[in-house]
Order: sequence, then structure tokens, then C-alpha cells
Amino acid sequence: MADMIRRRTPGARLLRAGLYALLIVAALVYLMPLVVMILTSLKPLDEIRAGGLLTLPQEITFEPWIKAWSEACTGMRCEGLSGYFVNSIRIVVPAVAISTLIGAINGYALTKWRFRGSELVFAMLLFGCFVPFQVVLMPMARTLGWLGLASSVSGLVLVHVVYGIAFTTLFFRNYYVSVPDEMIAAAKLDGAGFFRIFWRILLPVSGPIITVSVIWQFTQIWNDFLFGVAFAGFDSQPVTVALNNLVNTSTGVKEYNVDMAAAMIAALPTLVVYVLAGKYFVRGLTAGSVKG
Amino acid sequence: MSALAIRNLYKTFGSTDVLKDISLAIDSGEFLILVGPSGCGKSTLMNAIAGLEPVTAGEILIGGEEVTWHTPAERDIAMVFQSYALYPSMTVRQNIAFGLEMRKVPKVDRERAVERVADLLQISALLDRKPSQLSGGQRQRVAMGRALAREPQIYLFDEPLSNLDAKLRVEMRTEIKKLHQRLGTTIVYVTHDQIEAMTLADRIAVMRDGRILQLGTPDEVYNDPADMFVAGFMGSPSMNFIHAALEGNPGDYRLRIDTQAGQGALTLPWPGERETPEMARCVGETVILGLRPEHFSEEDARLGDQAEGTLFEATTTVVEPTGADTLLQVSLGETEATVRLGPKSRLVAGERVALRIDMSRAVLFEEDSERRLA
Repeated sequence: MADMIRRRTPGARLLRAGLYALLIVAALVYLMPLVVMILTSLKPLDEIRAGGLLTLPQEITFEPWIKAWSEACTGMRCEGLSGYFVNSIRIVVPAVAISTLIGAINGYALTKWRFRGSELVFAMLLFGCFVPFQVVLMPMARTLGWLGLASSVSGLVLVHVVYGIAFTTLFFRNYYVSVPDEMIAAAKLDGAGFFRIFWRILLPVSGPIITVSVIWQFTQIWNDFLFGVAFAGFDSQPVTVALNNLVNTSTGVKEYNVDMAAAMIAALPTLVVYVLAGKYFVRGLTAGSVKG
Repeated sequence: MSALAIRNLYKTFGSTDVLKDISLAIDSGEFLILVGPSGCGKSTLMNAIAGLEPVTAGEILIGGEEVTWHTPAERDIAMVFQSYALYPSMTVRQNIAFGLEMRKVPKVDRERAVERVADLLQISALLDRKPSQLSGGQRQRVAMGRALAREPQIYLFDEPLSNLDAKLRVEMRTEIKKLHQRLGTTIVYVTHDQIEAMTLADRIAVMRDGRILQLGTPDEVYNDPADMFVAGFMGSPSMNFIHAALEGNPGDYRLRIDTQAGQGALTLPWPGERETPEMARCVGETVILGLRPEHFSEEDARLGDQAEGTLFEATTTVVEPTGADTLLQVSLGETEATVRLGPKSRLVAGERVALRIDMSRAVLFEEDSERRLA
């Protein structure tokens, strides 16, 4: 892929230069907000007031980060984002794990243990990918209340699991379709049952698609605001809701550097996950499309 | 008691009957081959025996026990798949031992079984590799090892050699035959390759459109085919089918083949010992004469009057030397016939050749029903 024979005429070179210029400009436009955020979060408030969004800080300070983490006021409480960050982790980790596992089992059952109507079940699950968040708010609120899970971390985990299953099932179903049926038949003849085949044969070859599912679900759930603001209680609000409260707090001085630091803190985990596992994400999405 | 018995088996997918009234029984230690063109139902029958697909009606018995509705795991069988179907995340050793592990065989015995089949198949050096690190032939051996480790009552082979290249396929074919002779295992083997069928089988079941057309030894199926389909399917190059008029009466039947452009007719006397009562019905009608390429021979002047068979002359249209023998295409009646001669034949296309036909091995079919007449 990397090697290619290119035309070396002046026109072709010019075209290529233009292409790179365009790409660099586009990249800068996308990077600009991030740069502004980082720069602002490292400046003292006086320097920000002096103006110059893109000027480098004369004196680097981590004070805003510390404040955002442990002191900033979100509504009535002034304990920073730390507690809400932990809430987010307590929501995201089980929700991602459970929805990925259920998606894997669904995908396995829908491809390797086909039953009458399994295609219909899959079609209906697929439909779940297109249901907007807002539609489920009211019914979900009633359901959570009825289950006694309203305003709790467990309730939010349940909401995200239910909403995520459609996507994770789609991922795993499409991945397992390319696993040869003969392999499953061989395992059946060897005496393995439904779950034994899943754990011992299928799951060990599911690395790429597990990565896809985890990144997707992690990003979706971590970044969720609507379910968080609608269903979380005072003690179970995720970091996104807290960030909103922090930035919108109307009392006192507007501390832009703290706001920016808080936004960075809230965005950091998804960034880290993508940087660490991003190449597997792309690899997993294209897995099976090319043989070999 | 048969190792495997199938009684009146039917399988229907929607409105298509894939298997129609299949019945067969094989003895312990027997090598049965299911052969037929693609779509004939042979793989479906195999899957039914394995329990991978439920049947619509009928019974399957393994070792005298009815297993029609048993799961694959509950039947004492092992299967070798066309794609090998090895578990990619496990080493060769784990692949071979997996079936034993599932059946809760103690670790010591599992180790012993792995060593035994690894010795047998000469894959001891590969035991700690993953399937992705093996060549096609090695994967094939591992797939067989996985089946052999469990020592089941019946082995099923589903076109196990069709993913190998030609040379390796012949080697593995011999190896499977040796293994069968050595271990005396009961094997049901599916293939579409009639040479595999002829060389390996104790008995062959030729299938077409969900039915078994003929079940017999390779010799029976080859020399005594039940109908034109079996006759044409077995043998390569395949049997020549020549339209001929049946004349004469019992004790003196003759076949008349009209040659092209009024060069007179070729008349072949039908050997008396191969007469059947049914032939009387077809006197005066067109029948199909079946002659295998090796039923022809080149006229040898040295034999003189002692030469057997009917002499005729024909023009060769194509000469194909294969090394081991020479194949000719000659015009015979309205059709071209394939003739197999010795390698020393130095004929050129277009030449006239004197050939003899060995009628004592010829077969005769009805034209419409394609059924065997004599």
C-alpha cells in the first residue's frame, strides 16, 4: 500500500502540494479548539483577561486543573469533578462490559444457532440502532422507577446496556458471520455445548471486534449527557453533567481556565482509549472484508 | 449388527426433497463412499448422520442404537471437514485433545491419545504450533488426528482432500487407505471425485437428486452399473454411449450402428452369455450401447485369427497422448467415441485405425428410461 508508482510531471507535483496544503489547513482548523483549550487551561486568569487566545502562556500554571478536579463548584457543591469522574467510571465500566458480552452472545446465537425467526429478531435489533435517545426518555423513566433503579448508578448502567445492545449485536453478528460454520459443527461433534463453544472457540478469535465494541460503547457512554441528566440522582451524576453544571455556575467570577481544564478532564478518557486502541478499531471494522 | 444403518430417510427443505427414501447399512470396519455430482444430497446425508441437521422422516442407527434425534455430541462419531475446521486459537495439541477434554477424559489419558495419533500421522513435531502456522497438508493431518484421538464408532469424512493440490491429494488418499487398513475403522466418506471413490471404498453409493442409484463394490459400480448415470459418472474418461438398433432374437441378438454418409452399417453380435429376458421387448428399437474406452483395442496382426472381439475401421479425429496411455477420439455412428490405447500407439489425427471391440464387457441401456437392459 505504501509504495506506489507516481507520475513525476511538474503538474502532478503541484497537485500533490495543493493536496497537502488543503489537508494541513483542515487539520489545523480541527486542532484549533483543542489548542485554545489547552493554552487557556494553563494560563492564570489575568493573562486570559489580557486577551490573545493563541498566545503562549507567560507563566504556566496547573492551578486550574487542580481546581477543576477537586475544588470547583458544580451547582451547590464545591468539590470539583473528581467525584463525578468516579461516577462516570462506575457507570461506564459495567455498562461497556455487559453490553459487549450480551452483544457477543447475541451475535453468536444469531449466526451459529439460527432459529425460526432469527433474521426477524436481528432486523428488529438493528432497528434499535436508529431509535433516538429522546424517544425512550419517558418510558425508560417509568421503567426505572418501577424497577426501583431511578436516580442510581445501576439504573444508568441498565439504560446504557439496553441502548447499546443493538450496536454491539450488530458488530458481533457481522463478525461471526465470517467465522466458518464447520468450525462450530466440529466443536459440536467434539461434545461442546452452546456456552462452551462460545467461551473456548469463538471468544478467543473475537479480539478485533471486542476492541471495536469496547471503544464504541466507551465513547458513547462516557460522552452521554442526556441519559445522565435525565436519570441520574444527585450522587450518580456522570462527569458530563457535572461539567455542564460547573461551566454554567452563575455565581462568582467566570474562570475560563478552570472551565477549559474541566472540559479536558472530561474528554481525556475517550481520547486515551482511542489513542491506545485506535488502530485495532480500524482493523476490527475492516476485518473479514479482505481475505488473508 | 451394522455399525451404521439408515432406514427410509427423508429430508425436505421447504418444498424441495433433498433426500428421498435413503436406506443403507454398513458393517463395522467398512469404508463406504457417497459419491455424486454437487447438489445430489451427499453432504446433506452426511450432516444427517452427524446430527448437524434434523431429518424429516426415517431412522438412523449407530451400533444398533437409534440416534435419529440425538445431538451430535451424543452420537459416537467424529468428522473430518473439507475446510479442516481447526480451532484457530488452540495449538495442534489442544485441537486434538479438545474432544476428549469435552468428554471429561483425564489429562493423562488425553496426553497419551495425543501422542498416539501424533505418531500415527507423523505430526509430533507440530504439536505446539497454531493451525495458522501449518500448511494445507499438515492441517489435513491435524483434522484427521482430532477425529482419530476420540476413537469413535464411525468416522465421517466430508470431501477431506478437495482443498489440497493434486499431488498431495494422491499422497493423502494412499495414507487414508493405509490408515483404514491398519485401524479397521468404519468410515463414511463423501466425495465428488470418482477416482477417490474407486480407490478407497469397500462399497460405493452413487447418489443423484437425493436418491441412491446404486450401492455396491467399486467393481460392481464400475463394471455392472445400474443405469446410464452411474455408468457415465464412474470412470474417466467416461463411458461411451452409442445409439444402436437392437436386432435379431433370443440366442442371436445383434446391434446395428449406422455409420456416417452411407458407408454401410457396423453390426456387432451381442454375446449370448450376457443376454437378458428384457432384451426381447426392445427388438427393433433404438438402445444405448455402453462401451468403456478400454473396451477397445488396436488390431494386432500377429494375433491373426485368435484375436477376440469385433473388428472395425474408424477415422481418428483427435489423438491425446497422456504418457501412460493414448486417448483417441474416433467417429462411431453419430457419436464420437473415446478409445484408450497403449502408450506405444503412434497414431496421428485423421488416420484410419483398425480397432477391436470387446463386447463381452459391453453394457446395454434402454433409450428412454436410461435403465440397464443387459
